[in-house]
Amino acid sequence: MGLLSDPNRRKALTGLLTRLNTPICIVCYLAGIVWFMGLAFEPFTLRTYMSENAMGSTMVEERFSSGERALSLAKEFDAHKRQARGMPVEWLVKAMQSRGLEVFTQSFSRKLPFPDENKERYMVRGTNVYGILRAPRAPRTEALVITAPCSPGNTNNQAVALLLALAQYFRNQIYWAKDIIFLVNEHDLIGTQAWLEGYHHTNITGMEYSPLQGRAGSIQAALSLELSSDVITSLDLVLEGLNGQLPNLDLANLFYAFCQKLGVLCTIQGKLQRNDWDTAEGYTHAAQTMMLMVLKQACGRSWGDHGLFLRYHIEAASVRGINSFRHYKTDATTIGRLLEGMVRKLNNLLERLHQSYFFYLLPSLSRFVSIGYYMPAFGLLAVILLLRVSFPGLCHCFSVSLQPSSPGVLTVLTPVVISHLTGVALYLLPVHLQEMAVEHFPVSETEAVVLTAIAIYTAGLALPHNTQRLLSGEGTEQGWKVLKLTALLYLAVLLGCTALINFSLGFILAVTLVPITASITPHMPKALYAVVMVLLSPAFTILYCVFIYQELIEAPVSVSEGWMLFLSVISQGILDHALYGSLVYPLLALFIYPCWLMFWNILFWN
Amino acid sequence: MAAPLTLLLIVAVTIRAVLFRSSWAELISERVEVVSPLNAWKRVVEGLALLDLGVSPYSGDVFHETPFMIYLFHFVVDYAEIVFMIADGITAVALYLSIQTYNKNVFRKQKYALESDRYPADCLELLRSPKEMFYIPLKVAMFYLLNPFTILSCVAKSTCGLNNAIIALFILCTLKGSALLSGILLALATYQSIYPLTLFAPALLFFLQRLYIPVNLRRSSFWFFTLQYAFIYVGSLVVITGLSFFLLGSWDFIPSVYGFIFSVPDLTPNIGLFWYFFAEMFEHFRLFFICVFQINVFFYTIPLSIKLKEHPVFLIFMQIAIISIFKSYPTVGDVALYMAFLPAWSHLYRFLRNIFLVSCVLLACSALFPVLWHLWIYAGSANSNFYYAITLLFNFGQILLVSDYFYAYLRREHHLTHGLYLKKKDGTEATLVLK
Repeated sequence: MGLLSDPNRRKALTGLLTRLNTPICIVCYLAGIVWFMGLAFEPFTLRTYMSENAMGSTMVEERFSSGERALSLAKEFDAHKRQARGMPVEWLVKAMQSRGLEVFTQSFSRKLPFPDENKERYMVRGTNVYGILRAPRAPRTEALVITAPCSPGNTNNQAVALLLALAQYFRNQIYWAKDIIFLVNEHDLIGTQAWLEGYHHTNITGMEYSPLQGRAGSIQAALSLELSSDVITSLDLVLEGLNGQLPNLDLANLFYAFCQKLGVLCTIQGKLQRNDWDTAEGYTHAAQTMMLMVLKQACGRSWGDHGLFLRYHIEAASVRGINSFRHYKTDATTIGRLLEGMVRKLNNLLERLHQSYFFYLLPSLSRFVSIGYYMPAFGLLAVILLLRVSFPGLCHCFSVSLQPSSPGVLTVLTPVVISHLTGVALYLLPVHLQEMAVEHFPVSETEAVVLTAIAIYTAGLALPHNTQRLLSGEGTEQGWKVLKLTALLYLAVLLGCTALINFSLGFILAVTLVPITASITPHMPKALYAVVMVLLSPAFTILYCVFIYQELIEAPVSVSEGWMLFLSVISQGILDHALYGSLVYPLLALFIYPCWLMFWNILFWN
Repeated sequence: MAAPLTLLLIVAVTIRAVLFRSSWAELISERVEVVSPLNAWKRVVEGLALLDLGVSPYSGDVFHETPFMIYLFHFVVDYAEIVFMIADGITAVALYLSIQTYNKNVFRKQKYALESDRYPADCLELLRSPKEMFYIPLKVAMFYLLNPFTILSCVAKSTCGLNNAIIALFILCTLKGSALLSGILLALATYQSIYPLTLFAPALLFFLQRLYIPVNLRRSSFWFFTLQYAFIYVGSLVVITGLSFFLLGSWDFIPSVYGFIFSVPDLTPNIGLFWYFFAEMFEHFRLFFICVFQINVFFYTIPLSIKLKEHPVFLIFMQIAIISIFKSYPTVGDVALYMAFLPAWSHLYRFLRNIFLVSCVLLACSALFPVLWHLWIYAGSANSNFYYAITLLFNFGQILLVSDYFYAYLRREHHLTHGLYLKKKDGTEATLVLK
């Protein structure tokens, strides 16, 4: 408390902060970036280890051997799928029943707010089939889920077949203490969403579905399997879920441990692990892997069927088989054994996975960065906003704005309200105006939605700074300072909350928004700074992320392809919000964009 | 001044009515920051149902309201929303009138002091002008009615709003000088939630000052008035408690309401300091630490009453703030009540040292409460430590706020007697330090 009550020391501290404000801010920014990039450097990361006792010491022996039978089942499934032109529900029900499961189906339908052009669907109607293997050794209060999506075309047949083969094998074992649910869902995420909502008796996204007839206990963990070839070269683990949620790190550790044990090549973000961390290539590789994870997490969508389970407090991950041109191949039996081992270890759990980390970044499967290590990178960026707030000129404004008869508060209110109304328009109008847009312009519905969003976004740039002058007359020196103070505080709180829920999103936004918002004043060359501000606005951030992502997955795109991708990313973001309740679109439209508009307002203050 | 106040009331009621009708109302009424086990509407409904069935509402450990409250809602349960809006309105109007009266008194005193030349010459800039004081009552009402904390509390139908109304009426009656009504209302407030007991001291000091009775333990007039006021207070408390007994025909409510407040058996997280501490503690230390925690609320009354005996209204503010920080089940509605007084002390602004820091802390905490709650309860990725850290920070901010105002008030008084520009003995500029 000495610092807060001793006036001399306070004066010294504020004096120091005032004199060195700009240098400190620059140093903080650079330090934040360097810290973040340093996270991928191996000596700064921790080695992953299994924290959960129940999964660590108990070794299990894998005996699954019917890989060949699974492959022939896959062919049969493929034939029936072709015949039914969709999911062969009856065949699946019969197949599961003959393997001794309790089988149930659930039908669902969902009308998308506008057609999804990536997956070519609008009115979705489908059926989920699931079979429950009742645990012989326990009171059936807990369950595990293995799911395989039934995708159109001839993808994922092997996954469904392996699921059936595993069901047959599991049925004959006596050690199950948890019910095991084998779920084959149609229309990937929409089916999973319907099933989960049905299972938990909730309806948060306006889906229509028939109630579930059979139910097991509370689901402890879930694995989603995606497999499209008879042999694979490596298995890829996908962790990023809805709104950037991640499963407990122990689930990743479990996967890694079994890959090591069975000698299966395993990757994360499609990148193999390298052992040469001390070379430049080794570091770049780790940094790329981590950046991919950050980008995927930041976009807040579910990258596999597992992502929706996380919302229900169920630890889940997707395992994806990859077949590339390597010589070393893994057959279906080994994959089956790997899954058997994982499920058996999960079966040994005494309580939900909670021992290990929930907040982490993975530069490789064997190394992780925990929240304590990565938060300082964000903290260093956020502290800039607070330093600029405590900038004495602004501090003084705060005192003035509290004094009676100062115009401060009212002049600030107009731009704040107008920015937020623009945000609300950006959030509501694109979906609601699509019919009108389609009538008047020669575009499809999806294009109409995306283009309306971009149009409102651009219109917002022209709107606010004109209106506030009409309402409050000449803008004063005091006025913009109060507005800047409000906006800085607002941004700091906003980014802080975002980073707690989804670190990657908060960090990416902070990297682009902080430098310009911290330095903006109305006395700068307007044209130049307007361009810089637009280039660092949230929409351009998304555009950069698209290009960086394409670069990182080694599929670089040209500018026009990038632009098309950008458009589809926006439409997917809006769809994800409507279908699964992803929060990135409302966050950007209702909060980040209005906040950015407030700074835009300051630039044109006069 | 009536017109702006009416306008304000209309705006406030509109906001509440809209929120009552929106889908947010249900969400808000589940928030632990807004409702506590003591004042949740869900529990009132449960109590009413039990009462209708002919069972004692206190059987089952869900209902912890006083018997008066349940009988009040027994008659108006269908109009609950209106009752809560009216309660907020009453609080705002009572605060408005009290601060108006208080400001008149302050101004009169200042005029007399000025005429008798009691202020040092360089203190004139510290004096308050009628122009600056004119809008303060309206601002107080606005701070109460439009404070998001009050709105949330009202929309959640937390009975905290009714308790606030009683306390506000008590303040009004005290400042208007009616010892009888003040005593009765103070008894009612005490009956509702015990802690307002500590407001006895400032109210007594105020009446003594008003009647020009010096606080002197050897003067009979001091004892006469103190006993008189204490008699009104204790008498009404006894009558109210007796009435409750006759209403329900049992003493069940004593352990269920007051026992519940004192022994803190419900450890649902809230914005207070109790829950985490008592959830972590070994059972055999519980009694000791309950005493330590509860004494906090009452203990500060003595030193504050001595230090602020000339300024009972400020003392009331300090006491309400301390209650809302240290009580066992605080909600944001309690915080809103003392925050409404802040405009009344706007003349202290130049002496406040950390107000900016504190407002940032309180603002950030208010935003972080739901975020960390989400991470802990829904996402399951954080844990109770995250939430408690924010609770601690929020209370740290509140304590800093209150002590800052306390310091500023004392410092202004010091300057008013000793001059604004203090010199040390060697002639250099002196600084005042609170120690």
